[in-house]
Amino acid sequence: MTDTIEAPRSPARPARKRGTNWEKWGWIYMRASGVVLIVLIFGHLFMNLLVGDGVSAIDFGFVAGKWADPFWQWWDVLMLWLALIHGTNGMRTIVNDYTNPGAVQKVLKGALFAAAAVLIVLGTLVVFTFDPCPPVAADAADLLPSFCSA
Amino acid sequence: MPENSAGTLATPAKPAREKPGGTLYRGREGMWSWVLHRITGVAIFFFLLVHILDTALVRVSPEAYNAVIGTYQTPIMGLGEVALVGAIVFHAFNGLRIILVDFWSWATRNQKVLFYIVVALWIITMLAFTPRHLINVFSH
Repeated sequence: MTDTIEAPRSPARPARKRGTNWEKWGWIYMRASGVVLIVLIFGHLFMNLLVGDGVSAIDFGFVAGKWADPFWQWWDVLMLWLALIHGTNGMRTIVNDYTNPGAVQKVLKGALFAAAAVLIVLGTLVVFTFDPCPPVAADAADLLPSFCSA
Repeated sequence: MPENSAGTLATPAKPAREKPGGTLYRGREGMWSWVLHRITGVAIFFFLLVHILDTALVRVSPEAYNAVIGTYQTPIMGLGEVALVGAIVFHAFNGLRIILVDFWSWATRNQKVLFYIVVALWIITMLAFTPRHLINVFSH
């Protein structure tokens, strides 16, 4: 038995000659979304962990204060879509690397796709249907941001 | 390793313990940056799944969200957040290194130097982040 190792960049199968080359666009997406995600996530970490009292100041009122501003709503939704698709595509690469084509691979990729789809829909709905001043019991009114009582 | 069956004329005498190629993409900075990129990527992915779900609790009730986010403010989770940010910062800087290696021939030739630049930037960023974050965690 000889060790035959293909060149690292040799494709598992030839690129499609017709239609969209999805692997190429996936490759481009990882790089383009990665650069944008560095800005979005570093900004997210700075605002939530370094400004003021950081993680210890995060509560419902903190989130409500941020999402009262469409700027942070769109920041977080963009981060949600880009990061989840980036992460899911990375996991797909790993599944391709460590499993052979077949039922197991299909199940793993199906689970990844389902998780990403559900969480993108859930997260987007949460951000855009969010009510910063929900009806609460009178003794819980102090959990709401200060502008709710104004 | 399967044994070569005896008496096969075509079987060449195989040098003992010969490792495949010295020129392959194996070992050293290139491989370890790849391993770290993969491990940090998987870790961030699973955190992201949980983080979307915990944030979605703002849509349930202020009490539900505060109860869960409160667990992020404990000392153990505070240390976990240092590990998470460390993973994110490495993945971010090494991702930029990958892009440079892909698109710029100088960076392809000097990917080892770039790896150590990534490590240096990671150390600087974590030195800036970690004390501030731990003060926030342990002083409240």
